[in-house]
Parts: sequence; C-alpha cells; structure tokens
Amino acid sequence: MKRNGALALVFHLAFVVFMLAPLAIVCIVAFTPEGYLSLPTRGPSLRWFKAIFGYPEFLRAFYDSLWLAALSSTIAIGLAVPAALAIARYRFPGREAMTALFMSPLMVPHVVLGIAFLRFFTQIGLSGTFTGLVLSHVIVILPFALRLVLAASYGIDRRIEHAAISLGADTMTAFRRVTLPLILPGVVSGWLLAAINSFDEVTMTVFIASPATVTLPVRMFLYIQDNIDPLIAAVSACLIALTAGLLLVLDRLYGLDRLFVGSGKG
Amino acid sequence: MSFAASERSAPYWLAGPALLVFLGLVIIPLGMTVLLSFYDWGQYKGIVPEFTLKNWIEIVTDSYFFEVFLRTFRISILVTLACVLIGVPEAYILNRMSPGWRSVCLLVVIGPLLVSVVARTLGWALLLGSNGLVNQGLMALGLITTPLEFMFTETGVVIALTHVLIPFMILAVWASLQRLDPQVENAAASLGAGFFTIWRRVILPQVVPGVLSGAIIVFALAASAFASPAIIGGRRLKVAATLAYDEFLNTLNWPLGAAVAVLLLVALVLIIVGSNRLVERRYAQVFE
Repeated sequence: MKRNGALALVFHLAFVVFMLAPLAIVCIVAFTPEGYLSLPTRGPSLRWFKAIFGYPEFLRAFYDSLWLAALSSTIAIGLAVPAALAIARYRFPGREAMTALFMSPLMVPHVVLGIAFLRFFTQIGLSGTFTGLVLSHVIVILPFALRLVLAASYGIDRRIEHAAISLGADTMTAFRRVTLPLILPGVVSGWLLAAINSFDEVTMTVFIASPATVTLPVRMFLYIQDNIDPLIAAVSACLIALTAGLLLVLDRLYGLDRLFVGSGKG
Repeated sequence: MSFAASERSAPYWLAGPALLVFLGLVIIPLGMTVLLSFYDWGQYKGIVPEFTLKNWIEIVTDSYFFEVFLRTFRISILVTLACVLIGVPEAYILNRMSPGWRSVCLLVVIGPLLVSVVARTLGWALLLGSNGLVNQGLMALGLITTPLEFMFTETGVVIALTHVLIPFMILAVWASLQRLDPQVENAAASLGAGFFTIWRRVILPQVVPGVLSGAIIVFALAASAFASPAIIGGRRLKVAATLAYDEFLNTLNWPLGAAVAVLLLVALVLIIVGSNRLVERRYAQVFE
C-alpha cells in the first residue's frame, strides 16, 4: 500500500485540529482563574472545578444521568439479546418489519420522539417521572444494543449449542453456559454503547425532563441557554474526560473500528 | 408442543417482549402525536380534542413556517456538502495509514461522536464568539479587521453541525473503502494512470454508495438537529426542531408543535426512503 503524501498529511493535520479544537478549548477555558471566559494566561486554576460542588443541581443531575444510563441500558440489553437471537437465527414472517421497527428510533428525529413521549406520558400520568425517562431511553438506545448483539450472534456456530443440548443441557443451561459467553463481547459493548448514548441524549430528554428529574446534558443545555461562563466549561471538561476514559475502555474491549464500521452484519 | 411448532413460535417468544415495548412506546405515542396535530388549541381553552385542519393550514399558509423549514433544509444540505468534501478525502487518508497510526487517528475521528453534543457545541460557541479564538487568530493574521459574525448565524450552525456529524460520513466512506481491492489501484497506476485519473475512474465509482449512504445519514441528522442550532443559532435563528420545542415548552401550543414535528418526520422519511431507493437502484450491482 502506498503512503500518504505531504499534502494528505497536512490535510489530515488540519482535520485533527478541527475535530479536537472545540473539545480542547472547553478544557483549557475550564482552568481559567478569572471570573469570566478567558484563556488561563495567569496559569491554570482549579477554581471553577471546585465551584461545581457549590451547584448541587449539577451533581444531582450527574447522578440521575448515571442511574438512568445504567438502568435503561440494562433493560435495553435484556430486551435486545433475545430479540437479536430471534432475528439472527430464524426466518419468520414479519422478521424484516420487526427489525425495521426496532431500528426506527435511529431514523425518527429525537425531537419527534420527545414530543410523542411528552404527549403520551402526560396522558397516562407518567410525565416528569423517572420511570418515564427510563422507558423513553430504553427505546432510543435499543437499536445500538441490538446492532452489536446481532453482529455477535451472526458469527457463532450453532453446532456448539446443539452439542451442549445433545449432551443433556436444557435450553436455559445451553444459553447460559454456551451462547451467552460466545456473544458476551457484543453484549458488553452493546450495553456500554447504549449507556453512553443514554447518558448523552439531550434532544428527546429536554421534552420529558422535569425540574425534579433532569439529566446532566439537559441541565447543561438549559444553563448554556441562559449564559455561558467558566463553570459550564468546567462541567463540560469533566464530561469530556469521563467520555475519553470510557472510549479507551471500549477500544480495548471491542475495537472502535469493529464497533462502528463492522456493525452491520456478522 | 411438537418440535416443529416450538421452532416456529420460538422467534416470537424471544422477540415478544421487545416487540410489545416498541408497539406500546413507539407506535402508540407517534400515533397520538399525529392525532394531536389535528386538535384545536386556544390561548385560554388549551387543547380541545376536536378535529380541525387549523394547524396544518397555518403551517402551509404562514410564510414563517416555510422560512424555518427552508432554513432547516438549507443548513442540512450545506452540512452534508461540507461532510462530503472533508470526510471523503479524510477517510481515504485514514485508510492508507499504517494500522497503528490509524487506530490512534480513529479515536480522534470517532471519539467526539461519543462526547455530549452539548459539550461539543459549547466548544464551538467559545471558538466562534466575536472574541473567540477563530476571530482573534484571523485578525492576528491580518486576514480580517473586524470580527466575523459566527454566533447566531447559519454559518456558525453549519460549522458546529459539520463537526458533530462528520464522523458518520467518515465511517460510511471508510466501510466502503475497506472493500476496495488495493490491487485494482496498483493495476491502474502500472497502466500509466495518474493520481487524479485513478481517483476519478477507479476509486470514486466504488465509494459512491458509501458516500451516498453517509450523506443520507448526515442530512437526516442535520435536519433534525436540536442542541447545536439552539445554542449557536440562539433564540431567533429557528430551525424545525427548535421551532417545535418553542411551540411545546414556551407557547404551549402543543397541537401546532405536533404538526411541525409530524411534518419534519414525514419530510425526512420521504427523503430518506426516496434516496435509499435511488441509491439501491442505481448502485444495485455494488451492493451485491
């Protein structure tokens, strides 16, 4: 394979700067010692990171977001694993339509889903509740979980399972001892990707969150709408650091290229 | 139950729970939203469940809505073009890197995808402000004398959205580049084709399906983007998503907001399905 030329490398460098500049500027501004938005020319200060602790609403929103992400991605993976096995292994009437339905939250704009959930939850008395948030997040993150579990399920050799059953294992045991370990990388990465997507979701959540149950991105969004100051930069910097950490875990666990590129089929 | 019968019903048992959840939480709420767009609404009487075409007539006849939807699609087309122009060469460069460098660079390209859109857009708000780094840099270089206006303009929204959505384009193009046989490229070069001829006659025709499917994804996500236009565009530069948000949470005219949302959904579904058809028919042989 041929190497990239000098021009290509310059282009690539410019692109990397373009991708990282907004994230870098947030992290740099977060260290400012001044009371206003500025670069930390007098040396870095942790002032604004300490200030976060004076705003319990950010901390509470963070914990709520963590809970929400953990709970909704666990439910989503619980629904996605059997559904993926059904889609990967059986040819049955309605299979295509069902897959399209499960993937539809990727295509329906999140604004529309937010509005639909707001209307629905108001009618059935779930509006502004944590249960409502969990249910809606399960829907929007299920496609991510399903895609990865599906990719893992296509690849496994069913004869191993048949061997287990012929050796006397019942269906549940065969699933628990044979199938599940085989698709485990897909399940874990699916769970993680679903959790990250739940944690980051803002467009739909902004419609159904109430002052009592608000996620971190929504709280940040509402804050930015009023004013932009070093405090919000510090909160965002923490979020960026957290995501970077998770990203490295995900890369080690599954490989980012496989996670995103090879996720269509087997 | 016989074995054959259980084999036949097994997929429904397996997928049943997810199916029930999706029927209850996707189909029913979306159906209710469509219904809501035909309800009446008044400042004092609130939502009245009586069938009326009032909201739809208002959307079709009031030029304000036309303007907002036009802006939404104009921004989406510009973002899509920018993603193609930057994303295709970048994917090509990534594909030619050594595996070690590539996985590092992939972190840079895909990483931002997982960072909250709010944090990324905040970064652009900091960079693009009239005292932001971009303006300071351009003025220091002597390219401009007065700061350019990026905040609260379509240009600013396009820049921020391009940053948010370009990973999708790169991933789509990269996926199709990986199916490319490098020997074909080498064969073209050994037969005397120059760099641009190889690009035009060998590489481009093979990655076009990837570019198109990436473009469809980017366009759809740009047209329904919310947080970036809301933060960069401010309260005045409305797009379809922020308009629907306003009707729901500020004006509280839910039926009108529902109509805006349904129109956005229908327009997008038509565009996506239509262009998917086109891509598949035109490039059917490539997908084999």
